[in-house]
Amino acid sequence: MPKADHEITWKELEIGCIVTEPGSASQYKTGDWKSQRPVWDKKRCIKCGICYLFCPEPCIGQDAEGYFESNIFYCKGCGICAKECPTKAIHMEQEES
Amino acid sequence: MAKRVGMEASFAISEAVKLADTDVVAAYPITPQTHIVESLAEIVANGELDAEFICVESEHSAMSACVGSSAVGARTFTATAGQGLELMHEVLYVAASSRLPIVMAVANRALSGPLNVWGDHSDVMATRDCGWIQYFTENAQEAFDLTLCAFKIAEDPKVLFPVMVNLDGFFVSHVVEPLYLLEKEELEGFIPPLKYPFPLDPKKPVTMGAFAPPVLYSEAKKAQEEALRSTKEVILRVWKEFGERFGRSYNPIETYRTEDADTLLLGIGSFTETASVAIDELREKGEKVGLVRLRLWRPFPFAELRAAVKSAKYLIVFDRCLSLGGPGGPLCSEIKSALYPEKKKPKIFNFVGGMGGRDVTPQQFADMILRGREIIDKNIPIEYETIGVRE
Repeated sequence: MPKADHEITWKELEIGCIVTEPGSASQYKTGDWKSQRPVWDKKRCIKCGICYLFCPEPCIGQDAEGYFESNIFYCKGCGICAKECPTKAIHMEQEES
Repeated sequence: MAKRVGMEASFAISEAVKLADTDVVAAYPITPQTHIVESLAEIVANGELDAEFICVESEHSAMSACVGSSAVGARTFTATAGQGLELMHEVLYVAASSRLPIVMAVANRALSGPLNVWGDHSDVMATRDCGWIQYFTENAQEAFDLTLCAFKIAEDPKVLFPVMVNLDGFFVSHVVEPLYLLEKEELEGFIPPLKYPFPLDPKKPVTMGAFAPPVLYSEAKKAQEEALRSTKEVILRVWKEFGERFGRSYNPIETYRTEDADTLLLGIGSFTETASVAIDELREKGEKVGLVRLRLWRPFPFAELRAAVKSAKYLIVFDRCLSLGGPGGPLCSEIKSALYPEKKKPKIFNFVGGMGGRDVTPQQFADMILRGREIIDKNIPIEYETIGVRE
């Protein structure tokens, strides 16, 4: 996006507020909604992928070694991954303000 | 050559939709709009119009289907009335804010309850703020002409707004009248092919109906408002061009015997034709009375209205629906609001009548004019008065 949302004037909007740049929603940072973030304990993780399947964002992916991690830019901190993890490898940590 | 035929206004609208070479009709039948949809179904089934006729299960679906077809750049028409318009309500706003040039005829009807299928302006007034271009027709000829104009206005690159063509349920929709139909050849070039700037196309993807958070919503509404107001110029141009080509001109405000009038009666829709009889009768008695008909409802023609009434002493406004618990009729509220800042303006009184299909006679219009003047002169502190209600 050439301009941030708060800089766009009414004259610059496309007709009907049509978005002409496909996939631009990926630039929307939902990560700043969260009050808690998920933290993985690799010792307990069995790489089952349940967190990946349950993540409603979906912002959980695998690192080079096959361990799961969340993309903090999008993660809203809902805690579903931590709740569903069968080995309790994920816990939620308070975000620092 | 234009041929003169006897035809019901509903069928005349369908003829206009056919002549406009409409691509998609998505509609649900509801009294008193039914004849428009029935005749269009027949026209499409007979092969007279190469269009997709989508039988939907509700008006909410009808307008949603119209949003979809218009978004791919197809010329789209629908029609509804009363409860049907209300069931469409939320989608009307989407069509307007998405700037989709859908054309819709509304055979104006009362709203339940009590259940009533007859003519009234409650339906259209409840959709006043939905962002569509809205205007009123008074007879079959106007319904035909202004439906044709609606496509040209809606699809103009400077407009791209949906247009609502209002006609009074039964009083216009079901009346057989003589009118001039146009031939396809005569219309040549009047409605150019639709070129929607961002049609839905997998090869060039766009997002329509995306959300606008608080940081953008105000800008979106300001842009929509400025664009809607600026459509008046095109509306006037299209009506002028229609007049030049086909001999029938239309204006945002129409006046009848208003020269030197000290008292004006103002209304919208077909009842103003009845009111013109009262104007003639009062003129014969030496009363300086005239009639003002508001044709264009949105965008509201502020300048034309102010010019039309500025020399009058009294302005009697007739509404065909009621803003319950409010100041009377919605038309009069808007007239008062438009005239409030003016230094030179008439004194205004509001009558409400003709609700749910009730007739209003020329005598009643004459009574309204005289009674309205009396209420103003005596400063009687009432918001409005209802015509023809049994005490």
